[in-house]
Amino acid sequence: MTHRNRRRNLVNRIMLALTGVCTAVTVSTLFLILGYLVWNGWRSLDWNFFTKLPLPPGETGGGMANAIAGSAVLVAIASAIGIPTGFLGGIYLAEFGGKTLGFLVRYTADLLNGVPSIVIGIFVWTVVVVPMHGFSAWAGGFALSLMMIPIGLRATEQFLRAIPNSLREAALALGASKARTIFTVVAPAARQGIMTGMILGVARIAGETAPLLFTSLNNQFWASSPNQPTASLPVMIFTHAISPYEDWHRQAWAAGLVLLGMVLAANVAARLVISRGAAAQRG
Amino acid sequence: MASSAAVAPSPTGRARSFLDRLQSGDRAAHLITLAFALSVVLITAMLVCELWIHSADSRAKSGFGFIVSRSWNPVTEEFVALPFIYGTLLTSVLALTIAVPLGVGAAIFLSELAPPKIADGCTFLIELLAAVPSVIFGLLAIFTLVPLLRDYGEPFLKSTLGFLPFFQGDAYGVGYLAAGLILAIMIFPFIISISRESLRAVPREQREAALALGATEWEATWQVVMPHARLGILGSIFLGLARALGETMAVTMVIGNDPGIHASLLAPGYTIAAVIANEFTEATGNVYPAALVELGLVLFLLTMLINALAQLMITLTTERTHRVGRAPRLTLGSGSLPAPLSVELGQPLPHGRGSERNARGSEWALRRAAGRESRQ
Repeated sequence: MTHRNRRRNLVNRIMLALTGVCTAVTVSTLFLILGYLVWNGWRSLDWNFFTKLPLPPGETGGGMANAIAGSAVLVAIASAIGIPTGFLGGIYLAEFGGKTLGFLVRYTADLLNGVPSIVIGIFVWTVVVVPMHGFSAWAGGFALSLMMIPIGLRATEQFLRAIPNSLREAALALGASKARTIFTVVAPAARQGIMTGMILGVARIAGETAPLLFTSLNNQFWASSPNQPTASLPVMIFTHAISPYEDWHRQAWAAGLVLLGMVLAANVAARLVISRGAAAQRG
Repeated sequence: MASSAAVAPSPTGRARSFLDRLQSGDRAAHLITLAFALSVVLITAMLVCELWIHSADSRAKSGFGFIVSRSWNPVTEEFVALPFIYGTLLTSVLALTIAVPLGVGAAIFLSELAPPKIADGCTFLIELLAAVPSVIFGLLAIFTLVPLLRDYGEPFLKSTLGFLPFFQGDAYGVGYLAAGLILAIMIFPFIISISRESLRAVPREQREAALALGATEWEATWQVVMPHARLGILGSIFLGLARALGETMAVTMVIGNDPGIHASLLAPGYTIAAVIANEFTEATGNVYPAALVELGLVLFLLTMLINALAQLMITLTTERTHRVGRAPRLTLGSGSLPAPLSVELGQPLPHGRGSERNARGSEWALRRAAGRESRQ
């Protein structure tokens, strides 16, 4: 008996220690590689990166000003399509949704959320790039919005559902119509959560590369209108990283750091909004 | 008298028109939101249709041979899917083999053993890492993982395990192994965070009962808590798998781009997503692009299947947690952060914790439980 207990205790200790090792391995791997990115990116980053155009291979210097602006344009187009669609669709699911239609919409939104990003790229190529006879920021922005809609939709629905029914009943009892109740009482109450969902959606699409490869393509110069191929940070990182040029690698590190910084800042901001919301509700 | 009779209908009339306007406003809001919700359905339906239509040329040419035959040669217009399906499955399975034991181990540590503050801090950081764009993982893989594998990892594997067919051939650095490793690193956050949520959803009484019966901490975790959370953990694994299958950029950058089937993990290969990313813009003629679109269709169907299974498992776990009658937790937060990861993944948390569905969620669960009783 004591022998058996000793063995059980030993197994207990070994296995518990092993789980600790697993945590250490996973967490340290993740942080080592990101630390390497920050270190390398910081060394490569200079003011030119934000102000100059990319130079042809072989010349040192230059920057990615057009890619930063291009990313901003793409994200703006995607948000202009994705945020209203996600928000209004989410309102339908939470406030009006019938059983069958609600299920259908929810199910397809999950389906769309799971579609590999490269397949979204193909789809947008067939419906936008081919009819418009050319790569453009419109196509890229549309592709990104498709990745954003399901996130915004489900976030809006979840947070609207978290609003107590008594709030709706109070507004209706005061004679407000249903639409008025939703837009002036329920949606503002869920504001923080919905904003969080939207910020997370924007952060996710800002780093997407695959849907842009054959929708907005790339551009070494300024795109004069959204009808032209447009450079973006993620695609620039991709093309520069797989190129054989030393100076392009340096640029890729710098771009990686800038992109990572923006995405993580958006995520931390979203989390701050959500935890402050929770604290406010806790009172 | 006459004047009052003349005045009387007018307020009711005004009230009715006011009510009408209210109702028509509601109807308009209903229709507008419905239109936006249905646009999601429409887009998804169009996506499937477009993939089907645009792969017609390739389907007409190769039929079922597309899936099973083996040589890919754009010059002679021979297009097949097998090497790419093989590469996709092999890298994903490799990633899971590495990520599942480590990830689930870490989840057990974070949910059962670690002090809450450390666990919450770690989980917060890990979930943050889920947001790192895949192209950044690819960048890191090219410049760190590939040289390390080429100079140290692969020669070491060859000298120790070289007698196995999986570890033979030249060490290029790029190949199935590099892709599998970077995918494993990318799916850590998913597996850890969702497994931890499922483990935490197990009622505390279960743990306490096992410990009171004399089980060691590990026995309580492994034999009592784990079976409870089994489906949720499986769900997290399937989600990781779905992500690994559809992952494009990081894999494209380290897979080596060789459309062949190799047993050796050190050999360069190709995945479905990678071949589309590399060759789609330069595909000419009718059949070549169609073949790539058809590959996209195959990938789409594969991912949908895996995702559906994952959703089903997570839903089943949630249902069971409700059925055992877990007391609804109405307090918020308790120092732990809600998991925006689940928002990003677009699915419900394995249980109703967190600010997003507190009162309403538990109310809903109670009502559903009541409904079930009344039906019986």
